[in-house]
Amino acid sequence: MSESKSATVEMRLPTKLGYEKVAMSTAASVAKLHGFPEDRIEDLKTAVAEACINAIEHGNRLDEKLSVGVVLKADTDTLEVKVLDDGKGIGKQPPKPDIDRKMHGEEDPRGMGMFLIQALVDEVEWVPGADGKSSYVRLVIKLDKRPAESAI
Amino acid sequence: MQSETKSRVDRLSSSQGYPVAVLRFEGDIASTSKDAVLGAYHSLPKETTKLILLDFTGVEYINSSGIALIIQLLIEASNSGQKVYAFGLSAHFTKVFTMVGITKYANLYPNQAQALAAL
Repeated sequence: MSESKSATVEMRLPTKLGYEKVAMSTAASVAKLHGFPEDRIEDLKTAVAEACINAIEHGNRLDEKLSVGVVLKADTDTLEVKVLDDGKGIGKQPPKPDIDRKMHGEEDPRGMGMFLIQALVDEVEWVPGADGKSSYVRLVIKLDKRPAESAI
Repeated sequence: MQSETKSRVDRLSSSQGYPVAVLRFEGDIASTSKDAVLGAYHSLPKETTKLILLDFTGVEYINSSGIALIIQLLIEASNSGQKVYAFGLSAHFTKVFTMVGITKYANLYPNQAQALAAL
């Protein structure tokens, strides 16, 4: 794959759990074509999967009449992913999950998707739709060649 | 669409001779995996099962719902006086389990031999 070319891939997923894996696999393939190292591809896969799960469960509320949009834009050193749904977007970000509180029954064991996204990508923003119902999350992961260079 | 989660239980002994129940998972661990994860755990007799080893060698995909199931298992085990350990996670999911704090409540080992040697 050329190091100077950019590429855009768009897809629409059914609002059905499990289809996040289609976006995850496609994002991984695009990242691999653009030379992203394996560890960053794994980070991207989890972040994209969690973003799609949020869109399916919370944005589209499991309404199978709706779909989830995914737009991947790759260039020489970054990969941007937008995941679009028909929800209002998030009101405010949930607090960072606390394993001790979860273990003591003071916090739901679930609710780690947004935390994982934030922890695994270089940039993330949740954007509410201008019409009050369409929103998207935008993730950016940057190509870091240092591990490969240092291994030479 | 999710790859079905399969689980089975093996009975082994640690290097120090303690009985260990090994829960082996295969496939995806996601929201659809409740029976495979918690059902397999619930099949273990609490009175005689004090050491539990989770085998993730055959698992390729774990999402946040799957992690929540593992945490639920850890909560129930803790409440029953059981200790949980795990092995076979990829480097990525070792990082994810560390990020979310699971390693505070379940030691991770690279493989079964190293886990059994440590118990």
